Amino acid sequence: MFERLYVMLMKEFLELRRDPWAIFRLVVPLLIQVIVLGYAATFTVYHVATVVLDLDHSQASRELISHFIATGRFPIVDVARTDAQVTRDIDSGRAVVAIVIHAGFARDLGNGKTAPLEVAVDGTNSNTALIALGYVSQIVAQFQADQVAKAWPVSAGAAVPGIAVTLQERPWFNEGLEDRWFFIPGVIGTLTLIQVISLTAFAVVREREAGTLEQIMVSPIRRFEFILGKTIPFFLIGLGDVVLVTTFGVLWFGIPFVGNPLVMLLGASLYLLAALGLGLMLSTFARTQQQAFALSFFLVNPFFILSGFAFPIAAMPLVLQWFTLINPVRYFLVVIRSVFLKGDGVVELWPDLLAMALLGAGMLTVSVLRFRKSLD
Amino acid sequence: MNLGRLYAIAFKETLQVWRDPRSLAIALLMPLMQMTLLGYGVSLDIRRVGLCIYDQEKSQISRELVERFTASDWFRISAKLSDEPAVRDAMNRGDCIGIVTIPINFSRTLAATGTAQVQTVFDATDVNTTNIATGYAQGIVGMVTADFESQWAASHGLLPQTVGVVDLEPRVWFNEGLDSRNFIIPGVVAVVLGLVGAQLTSLTVSREWERGTMEQLISTPVTALEVMVGKLIPYFAIGLFDATFCLCTAAFWFEVPFRGSLLTLTVTTALFTLVVLGIGYLVSVRIRSQLGASQVALVLTMMPITLLSGFTFPIDQMPRAIQAVTLVIHARYYITILRSIFLKGSTLADLTVPILALVLYAVVIGWLAARAFHKRLD
Repeated sequence: MFERLYVMLMKEFLELRRDPWAIFRLVVPLLIQVIVLGYAATFTVYHVATVVLDLDHSQASRELISHFIATGRFPIVDVARTDAQVTRDIDSGRAVVAIVIHAGFARDLGNGKTAPLEVAVDGTNSNTALIALGYVSQIVAQFQADQVAKAWPVSAGAAVPGIAVTLQERPWFNEGLEDRWFFIPGVIGTLTLIQVISLTAFAVVREREAGTLEQIMVSPIRRFEFILGKTIPFFLIGLGDVVLVTTFGVLWFGIPFVGNPLVMLLGASLYLLAALGLGLMLSTFARTQQQAFALSFFLVNPFFILSGFAFPIAAMPLVLQWFTLINPVRYFLVVIRSVFLKGDGVVELWPDLLAMALLGAGMLTVSVLRFRKSLD
Repeated sequence: MNLGRLYAIAFKETLQVWRDPRSLAIALLMPLMQMTLLGYGVSLDIRRVGLCIYDQEKSQISRELVERFTASDWFRISAKLSDEPAVRDAMNRGDCIGIVTIPINFSRTLAATGTAQVQTVFDATDVNTTNIATGYAQGIVGMVTADFESQWAASHGLLPQTVGVVDLEPRVWFNEGLDSRNFIIPGVVAVVLGLVGAQLTSLTVSREWERGTMEQLISTPVTALEVMVGKLIPYFAIGLFDATFCLCTAAFWFEVPFRGSLLTLTVTTALFTLVVLGIGYLVSVRIRSQLGASQVALVLTMMPITLLSGFTFPIDQMPRAIQAVTLVIHARYYITILRSIFLKGSTLADLTVPILALVLYAVVIGWLAARAFHKRLD
């Protein structure tokens, strides 16, 4: 058996070597993507272009504006003189936030009345808008507190000018709240999936289209050996991908790798098994390479987007949350993030590892069974 | 360009599409499936984040505070913990993504000094959820503070302060409910079209090479331009059908408000479809093996379209160098266009810059593809 398997493997690697661009295509785009996506993927809102319309021209209004500037998050791109100018700035996308201070702001504030402050936000990007509004309310609260503190005369002798319950936040596992630490593990998982699935899905169909499948079938090789011979090279390529990208992530982006590399290896192996099973299953459904290609496109994208990579699974409707249960990426992301950031071991991660093992075993079985039918 | 030859190529390609019903079915069903899955699945609205409460004090005030968290729409109390090791366990097991700890002397400190701390710990592996959840937690604590403040003032017989209150009136334009769906669905349309389009054409020439029909094609009098235009025509029709379907789903099923004009939408969508198909065709001309072409197409489209187009991550927050890279992502322009047409009701004149970018894109791609196609066998 090993001899036949060895011959099959040799043939596969030969095929890979004959195409000098293949290795290039496998490695270079992967690295470029990790770099670019690693920098691009961030939900953090660093700066929001702001337009200011100050109709009050008072000390209080200027003070409020300087509170905004002081945070560094609201660069003033325009100082408007009219409402129309504010509208134009937001319409054209020049500014995302508009701060409008109406005449009488300082007077109302001094009289102890309610002083309205108008803040308009371009809500097209709801996430950015939500975060920006959060900053705005914090700034306004700070301004308010400063005004209150100023108004309390020291001679009044009141010990407690205002009551404050403060929130002390401690983010665990990612103290600096670095987006990158969250997204790069996801990039590793998805890029590997794309590569392995497309390679595997094409593997059998290509032989069929080229007419060499019959030659293999008349050779004494068994089906099981044939499938092993087809999958082992891709398994190794996939493993190489994971190692390469992980090393790169650690060295280039300085993501801490707290966990045990062996747990990571176990997780990656099970994940690749599931990906290979999926690719093989696709190739039993496809008659031509065109179909194999379309099918892998068809599946990989939802698997990628519905994996919790960027969009939390908890925010999905229940039916789709069930769908993610058959998504190997989902489990691998949990494993890879936990190993990277928390240093979890098999004890904590066994449900995810088991799920990937089951998915892999299930899909490989189905594809072996379907092969029998499609080859006869 | 000879119309007769053009027609012949287009007819041949159409027949080929027609005779491969599986691929055709995928091309027509893919938008349906992707729109549903992504339309429902992609949401950034975080509701009911699992929270654990560790109330060390169990006084009336601390219970009042916990009550605030329970009543909030944003959080769901998944467990009440009673000791330190349980806190660590709950976080490690992932029972909750945040823990609110009320220290033992909370109400005493509050009464004595006027300030007291509540501690929250979040599992920051998911940074966006943490950021937004912390914001909500801060809001809740802010409300509690205001309550306690007035209670305290009343109990000390203090007069109302002479300082006015700044009344923040946030107004959200274009997407009034801050519904992340209105932001994401137009992006999904662009992503799906970008994927389907590239998938349609990226094997069309390499297939001829692998099947050996390229020799036949070369021996005919067709020119490179005729091959390109002829081959693109049937896929353009499929692409436009898919586009219509996706846009209708966005407007009627997901009810994204549509404030623009149909004309603007049609012109820009046709343009984008052309660019997407052109890219697939270019890949197909450049790479002769179908496996190679498909891999390049996958790598070039899926991740960049999703991550660099502004679909998920806002481009203006990226580092400058990466912002420069996004200039070559075609979907970036179409996403801007779609969001503006849908939510802002922008007209062709408002969208001059992204439209010109797409036109330029189409011209460059067409020129490259026409140049890359040689009627030679080497």
